[in-house]
Amino acid sequence: MASSVLMITRTNPVHSALLLIVTFGALAALYVLLHAPLLAVLQVAVYAGAIMVLFLFVIMLLAAERREVDLPDPLAAMRWPSYLVCAGFLAAMVYVVWTSPVRGLRGRMPDDVIAKHTQMVGQELFTRYLLPFEVVSIMLLVAMVGAVVIAKRRFE
Amino acid sequence: MSPALPHYLVLGAILFTIGMLGVLIRRNALIVFMSIELMLNAVNLSFMAVSWYLRSFQGQMMVFFVMAVAAAEVAVGLAIIVAFFRSRQTVMVDDLNTLKW
Repeated sequence: MASSVLMITRTNPVHSALLLIVTFGALAALYVLLHAPLLAVLQVAVYAGAIMVLFLFVIMLLAAERREVDLPDPLAAMRWPSYLVCAGFLAAMVYVVWTSPVRGLRGRMPDDVIAKHTQMVGQELFTRYLLPFEVVSIMLLVAMVGAVVIAKRRFE
Repeated sequence: MSPALPHYLVLGAILFTIGMLGVLIRRNALIVFMSIELMLNAVNLSFMAVSWYLRSFQGQMMVFFVMAVAAAEVAVGLAIIVAFFRSRQTVMVDDLNTLKW
């Protein structure tokens, strides 16, 4: 959590990206605590690996080292309302959680799920979730082609 | 003592709010994008916590699909930022105002 607060306050985007990796790592540790080792590995591989490499690559490609604090801020008047809205949102969420009957409860996965987690996820993926799985694969293909087309286009 | 369900949900809410604040106050498009990723991760954490509490892994399947969608979204979004940088030589969202005039 501390690393995510730092992330949105750094002016250098490279520092932000590295702090976001720390946040993702901490989330992966929480996933292990929640009995989901496969998702923890995926979190590290997909987020901390693939997505952050993409981010760092684009940061380097664009050499976006310009600091935004040096520029005039046309939206400076919006800053305090933003803080207020976010504080109100957080207070509402915390209020809902702490007044709901879930207070103090702990879950525990059945032992067979803990033992054969990866196997069961794979089984679900190819039976009940077969259609969403195929849709996601097509969507990834479309996104890949779209990204190449958008990034390759020439501007004059 | 291991954390209970409300702790996870509150942490998810805090992370989501931080992501929202980042989207609202930052002007570097790359950092706005990272904040969006942070919000997706906060929702993932809530999914995982509730799935753990309900002793099922349907929520984890949802997290799996959210990760796939996030990967696709990042690819397209970063391509848009690269294209925008090529035409305008900047990555600040304030300069992304061509449609307004």
